[in-house]
Amino acid sequence: MNYGFVNQDQLENIDKALKKDLIDIGVECVMLIDMAGNTIAKCDNGKCTVDTYAFAALAAGNYATVDAMAKLVGETEFSLLFHKGEKASIHFSKVNNDLLLITMFNRELSLGFLRLKVVELIEKIRNICGQSKNDNT
Amino acid sequence: MAFINIKNKEVQVKIVYYGTGRGGKTTNLEYINTKYRHRIKTEMVSLKTHGDRTLFFDFLPFDIGQIKGYEVKIQLYTVPGQVKYNATRKLVLKGVDGIVFVADAMKEQRESNIHSLNQLHENLKSYNLDLFKIPFVMQYNKMDLKNSDIPVLPVEILQKDLNSRLRAPAFEASALNGGNVAVTLKKIISLTMASIQKELL
Repeated sequence: MNYGFVNQDQLENIDKALKKDLIDIGVECVMLIDMAGNTIAKCDNGKCTVDTYAFAALAAGNYATVDAMAKLVGETEFSLLFHKGEKASIHFSKVNNDLLLITMFNRELSLGFLRLKVVELIEKIRNICGQSKNDNT
Repeated sequence: MAFINIKNKEVQVKIVYYGTGRGGKTTNLEYINTKYRHRIKTEMVSLKTHGDRTLFFDFLPFDIGQIKGYEVKIQLYTVPGQVKYNATRKLVLKGVDGIVFVADAMKEQRESNIHSLNQLHENLKSYNLDLFKIPFVMQYNKMDLKNSDIPVLPVEILQKDLNSRLRAPAFEASALNGGNVAVTLKKIISLTMASIQKELL
């Protein structure tokens, strides 16, 4: 299962986009994962020591749980999740039915700015994997 | 489905240990984690209740080296066995590549095993997966209890109840002592890798 990322160029373009749009604005670590908990791409600022494989498994489980809760209350989905900590925060955003973008950042970065950048990045990722805006949200 | 990263030459494979509550799924992973600690780079993740039962899943990732130039990362998961947690069991099965069914050989668990296997069949259907086609290994756990006063089902009965139609590779095991834990693991890894090998370049 490769979610439209069929060649090395696409994965390299994803890496470049993760770095340019998020790491370069101060995000500590960003991961693109699938809903099964596999890591598709990841990029960090060189200081992140998180076990990304375990994190991806937990993040996929967390998102799936919240998604099931959304359906229980009559929502199609909660496409955005945000966990705020004292120093570190985590932002989850759905790219499409298969992929999740997870961003770890500290309090020096504002949530509003991050959200704007995440929206731009998601559109880029969809374009890279050959998916238009209207295909899947 | 396994994710094949062409850029990093890496394959991530998801294997799920499924079965009835208190059957030994977590114990299988704990034994693997202890026995092969020197080859496992990270800690096992367990989401448990206060009563030490699996609430969501256990997660244990490790590398098995290269196949056709691709670094293979095996990711072992368990599901919560308690009947009430079927919604979470279904979530853990998403994207599964191979399954070990851990059957509890205790006589009193006979119906629970059958119910759990039937539910697995239904849960896989919700992902358009077929129990008869997915890489699958049967493990009859707690065989060490044969030497105790606790009644244990003979393997013939377990095979008839659970494996007469599936005809999957089956192993008698004792997860607590490590008996056939590694054999089960090796078998499911080889079956799973064989099924995804054709996707590797």
